[in-house]
Amino acid sequence: MSTPARTDAALAVRGLRVDFDGPAGPVPAVRGVDLTLRRGEVLGLVGESGSGKSTVALAAMGLLPRTARVRGSVLAGGTEMLGAGEKALSRLRGRRVAMVFQDPLSALTPVHRVGDQIAEAVRAHQDVSRDHARRRAVELLDLVGIPDPGRRARAYPHEFSGGMRQRAVIAMAVANDPDVILADEPTTALDVTVQAQILDVLRTAQRETGAALLLVSHDLGVIAGMADRVAVMYAGRVVESAPAHELFAAPRMPYTIGLLGAVPRPDTDGRPLTPVPGSPPDLRLLTGGCPFAPRCPLADEACAADEPALAGPGEHVTACVKTPGPDPYPVPEPVPPARTGVPREDLPSVLRVQGLAKTFPVFKGAAFRRRVGSVYAVDGVDLDIRRGETLGLVGESGSGKSTALMEILRLARPEAGEIELLGRPVGGLTQREAHTLRGSVQIVFQDPMASLDPRMPAGEIIAEPLRAQGRGRAAVAGRVPELLELVGLEAGHADRFPHEFSGGQRQRIGIARALAVEPELLVLDEPVSALDVSVQAGVLNLLQRLKHELGLAYLFVSHDLAVVRHIADRVSVMYLGRTVESGPVGEVFARPRHPYTQALLSAVPVPDPSRERARERILLAGDPPSPVVRDEGCRFRGRCAVYAALGEADGSRCEGVRPAAREFGEGHVAACHFAEA
Amino acid sequence: MTTTATQPAPPPAAGPPAAAAAPAARGRGRVALRRFAAGRNAVTSAAVLLLLFLLAFVGPYFTHWSHTDIDYSALREAPSADHWWGTNRIGQDVYAQVLHGLQKSLLIGLLTALTATVLASVVGACAGYFGGWTDRIMTFFIDLLLVFPAFLIIAIVSPRLRDSGWIVFVALLAVFGWMITARVVRSMTRSLREREFVRAAQLMGVHPLRIIVRHILPNVSSFLIVDATIAVGGAVMSETGLSYFGFGVQPPDVSLGTLIADGSDAALTYPWMFFFAAGLLVVFVLAVNFLGDGLRDALDPTSGHPRTRRRPRRNGHQPGPRRPPT
Repeated sequence: MSTPARTDAALAVRGLRVDFDGPAGPVPAVRGVDLTLRRGEVLGLVGESGSGKSTVALAAMGLLPRTARVRGSVLAGGTEMLGAGEKALSRLRGRRVAMVFQDPLSALTPVHRVGDQIAEAVRAHQDVSRDHARRRAVELLDLVGIPDPGRRARAYPHEFSGGMRQRAVIAMAVANDPDVILADEPTTALDVTVQAQILDVLRTAQRETGAALLLVSHDLGVIAGMADRVAVMYAGRVVESAPAHELFAAPRMPYTIGLLGAVPRPDTDGRPLTPVPGSPPDLRLLTGGCPFAPRCPLADEACAADEPALAGPGEHVTACVKTPGPDPYPVPEPVPPARTGVPREDLPSVLRVQGLAKTFPVFKGAAFRRRVGSVYAVDGVDLDIRRGETLGLVGESGSGKSTALMEILRLARPEAGEIELLGRPVGGLTQREAHTLRGSVQIVFQDPMASLDPRMPAGEIIAEPLRAQGRGRAAVAGRVPELLELVGLEAGHADRFPHEFSGGQRQRIGIARALAVEPELLVLDEPVSALDVSVQAGVLNLLQRLKHELGLAYLFVSHDLAVVRHIADRVSVMYLGRTVESGPVGEVFARPRHPYTQALLSAVPVPDPSRERARERILLAGDPPSPVVRDEGCRFRGRCAVYAALGEADGSRCEGVRPAAREFGEGHVAACHFAEA
Repeated sequence: MTTTATQPAPPPAAGPPAAAAAPAARGRGRVALRRFAAGRNAVTSAAVLLLLFLLAFVGPYFTHWSHTDIDYSALREAPSADHWWGTNRIGQDVYAQVLHGLQKSLLIGLLTALTATVLASVVGACAGYFGGWTDRIMTFFIDLLLVFPAFLIIAIVSPRLRDSGWIVFVALLAVFGWMITARVVRSMTRSLREREFVRAAQLMGVHPLRIIVRHILPNVSSFLIVDATIAVGGAVMSETGLSYFGFGVQPPDVSLGTLIADGSDAALTYPWMFFFAAGLLVVFVLAVNFLGDGLRDALDPTSGHPRTRRRPRRNGHQPGPRRPPT
């Protein structure tokens, strides 16, 4: 970056500034970014939401809306992209610079066949016949690993799964051998096993075309596995840039250090997370000093005076006047483990679920609706939570996690199986008993904006469960400030509305509301997945502290295995509506028994380049099968490496017999016929 | 809450200290009231509406003419010291007549709009929230009323109810004026029902009717308020129309509508017969519209003016009647 633009730069961004028109004057999004992307190189661009990383990628493609004012220069292989006319841009897009978007569904036209769309991309830049372009499209689909590409090219986008759509978009991006591929959060919308596949495809595509790859992501693990060099963005500027190994091993900018300290890792446990205090600044209100100074533990007057420029020895440059020591952030006190000597079996049970099932009917016909089948959303889930325990429930999208939660929280007799809450079966509860029991199980939702009524002040939101349980007005008025302080907010915040809080604060309100009636079990449905890493750490620490102080039990649902590893005592893995493995979190993560768990764990990216690149990955083939088919045998066998290696006789067991849970050590069970002991 | 209400407003403290000494959470009603008081248009229109009521109900005591008196010595006379706003073609005092008409129109307009909106929001929200058979039965009634020829029915029914007075007329107008609003509320409720905050309330064990009152209705309130302000004007207009055909307010009773209808052909030759009534009607409808806008902004915390900017100007301002949160 300190080196001047060289001719071998595939993409050179110089002094890029982007402002969006707002109702109250221009809103800066990017404030002076320099990037150099060399041929064949992967540059990772990391940052939290609002840091301007996607805007940089869009500016490089000339895709910003008309309300954006763009200054600076973007050279793609020596051609200026900024200010180029629509016609000139059309020649450059796809040929020189290609883009892979986050949401593959909106990147494909739903009314055209996938093959035709790729062929169109080919013919846009190459003067070839229609047939030739079609053949090339099939080749490209084969390159990105779509099975049976000839047939698949004639399918429509809605017939593809999310992962296959993203493959098709990548095929389109590499159709014209571009010099640069811009990938904007290419795997954020995908499940972790599919993410591993797509990252693999991106690597292949980049190798085949020799293009440079600009990978924009908020996920440090993904960046660690892919990037040669990393640039960290904060408040519209690059604040640190270094070769990947160096950046992860020895970050210099306090923000980068904070980010790395805040991200939970799947490969270590017990390390307390160090949240970065505060939240990102409003770019309209910057005063001229270092934009990170208000959140920085090392900041002093020098930081407020002037915004530091990128500087440093060699390739590793930082925009910081300080030289931080190893741990600039105050490390929160580690929460002592909750369990004290009492064997787990003696602890009172909070929630016990056995063989829970839930099906949804599938209807057909408009005038005469008739039931043609069922979706087996949940088909045999077992859970067991004791007092003061956190159970992590993990599974990919469509595995039935949310359905299982809703069935539990309904407090009514389930379709099949048993649910016991605080030792009482919920099947035979009267309405009054169910209402009382509602006080002891509360839920925190994923999206704090959607789960708080926008028209209610925070104080009333928190008071709602208290009122529902019939507490008096005086009791409510006394409890609300107490709760706000318990979750780290101020009592004076009670009359603010949800939109006046930041994302992390909103989630704290959601937690305060759930804690209002002193529940025994808190159901957390992806409580941190909508939050940025630096904020997420604060909420996770809060949850751990609350659990310790109040003796709560958590049912923590998440697709993020690193977070589960960090917070859970036990973990339960679901696949297509069934529990496939459960056990103590350390045990399951260290020695997973079920082939699905093994693949899942190996797909989780680790924010450490040397480990991430050295370890062996189990790539799962294909996508989960349809839940409409009820399988007599194992639902995982279509993607299972163990099953594929079995002989005929053993294989028929997987096809015909539903695997029962087998015990592997204390409390560790897995539902697989052939898991190794 | 009650203890803080009796205290005088604390002196404005700067920044965080206020938070430390802050009273218990202010309810939503109080917050809305404060926001309402901050809107200039809203406060002005509320004051105008209040003045209109004062004029309509206190004004008649300042003149010795009543709206039925006929002064045979002054036919079609221009405004004078004796007849402040002139007289009409049979010598009735326009001031007394307009004020009496204003009484009728204010009451009919506001009560009709209020009744229709309440009916629409209750039926619409219940139909949308509960779904199933509740929804089917309620929607059937809504559709049934929609296809009824309202004018015909009012025309048939109103002569029989002539003795029971204008309040029955309000009920009739309201009964035929809420269906479209109810359908819109129903569809808005159906989408709100799927939102997470409603689901959260359900899982907390909040009673369904309470959810409707506390979550559903506040979130459709913007629409309801705008709809109600339009309905006020609409009610006055349909009252005028019906009265013109001889079904609504009947002589010797008058309303703004009948006065405008009577005076319209004399608007250019004897303007006082027409413009006092018409002007008051315009002022009334405008005031209601601005009041509605103010209410909508006050109830929608995300709308318009940031509170922080307005706060300094309201230092020491004591909000009016304090309403406990519902």
